[in-house]
Amino acid sequence: MSDVDGRSTTSAQPVDVLARAEAEVLEAGRGLGEGALREVLSLPDSRLPELLDLAHRVRLRWCGPEVEVEGIVSLKTGGCPEDCHFCSQSGLFPTPVRAAWLDIPGLVRAARQTAASGATEFCVVAAVRGPDERLLRQVRAGIEAIRADEVTRELNIACSLGMLTGEQVEELAAMGVHRYNHNLETARSHFSRVVTTHTWEERWSTLRMVRDAGMEVCCGGIIGMGETTEQRAEFASQLAELDPHEVPLNFLIPNPGTPFEHYPVVEGPEALRTVAAFRLALPRTMLRFAGGRELTFGDLGARQGMLGGINAIIVGNYLTNLGRPAGEDLDMLAELNMPIKALNSTL
Amino acid sequence: MDGTGYCGWCGRPDGACPDRAVCVRRRGTDPPRYCPSCARRMVVQVTPAGWSARCGRHGSLGVEADAPTPPVG
Ligand code: SF4
Ligand SMILES: [Zn+2]
Ligand SMILES: [Zn+2]
Ligand SMILES: [Zn+2]
Ligand SMILES: [Zn+2]
Repeated sequence: MSDVDGRSTTSAQPVDVLARAEAEVLEAGRGLGEGALREVLSLPDSRLPELLDLAHRVRLRWCGPEVEVEGIVSLKTGGCPEDCHFCSQSGLFPTPVRAAWLDIPGLVRAARQTAASGATEFCVVAAVRGPDERLLRQVRAGIEAIRADEVTRELNIACSLGMLTGEQVEELAAMGVHRYNHNLETARSHFSRVVTTHTWEERWSTLRMVRDAGMEVCCGGIIGMGETTEQRAEFASQLAELDPHEVPLNFLIPNPGTPFEHYPVVEGPEALRTVAAFRLALPRTMLRFAGGRELTFGDLGARQGMLGGINAIIVGNYLTNLGRPAGEDLDMLAELNMPIKALNSTL
Repeated sequence: MDGTGYCGWCGRPDGACPDRAVCVRRRGTDPPRYCPSCARRMVVQVTPAGWSARCGRHGSLGVEADAPTPPVG
């Protein structure tokens, strides 16, 4: 490169983004900012192996080799009054999902299936705007039953019940809910194209209350909802600002009957680049592979993701969608020499 | 009944899926949601290791754990 005088200006040459990430993220443990994340998300496929390798080293350095394994179940399915355009459980779209309630024995069976898979976390989810009295009663009874069962008593229980009032936050904390999931879903600038019945800011305020009550915050979103690369970088930065304990990354499953049913499935390399970029934004955060990974990656990609920044997974089925059998993921972790985070190592 | 069944993923009669490839793909990510005997939408519960489905008329079609998902019609 030369300037107008023809003198060399090598000193002004921009340093490659992965070289910068090596120094800032790997060595110093500081997440990349939005601008650098855009560069990472624009790297060509030819640099993907290098990017994944760096993300993996960042994960090992700042999170360690352990993998947190979680099972989830839907306590109340379908009939939700909200209009999240990706969701087959909204009552506002002509999806084939019908409303269903899981009873307490069914919930304990689901918790047993989770415990049997070696998972330490069990997340109880309801398709609601926010919980009402009936739902909170069911959650309380469910937690008591899980705690009373010999097989499931040690599981860490997380909940995902939509937006909360301050009082409900306190109630859940008092029930012993260890972590609360509430996804921002996408970049703030893209949210109104995904949801119109509530705002990003309303979600943010629930998250702040959860944090203030001392529960662990689990907050992630879905990739592949028509957001731009810049908006993926924006979303990662917004999550970094929130600084949750865990970020679950989902890839859109274009569910029939939803407004997003014809959206294309995110392709493997793009998904992997996104996973790695989120790791570089959030070096110390638990980054979980969640829904849609089977469709986006197949079997091979799951392994690449585990070697590209991911350090937690949901095993087995999801809320309304099927995953691959838990055993296949556990075999994969064994082959990768990644220990499953044990129950007593959780605080 | 004339013995014809329905696709669990699109609810059309066997052999009449609008796009069979889509139904086959959904079979990997979704339990069946339409009753194979009458095509009514079923109440479906997914659990970590299985799923169960119930038709108001034909009762349970169900798989707790490790049973195969029926084929696309
Ligand atoms: S994502 Fe949650 S709040 Fe939104 S429609 Fe689905 S169940 Fe309702
Ligand atoms: Zn979580
Ligand atoms: Zn914890
Ligand atoms: Zn079909
Ligand atoms: Zn029927």
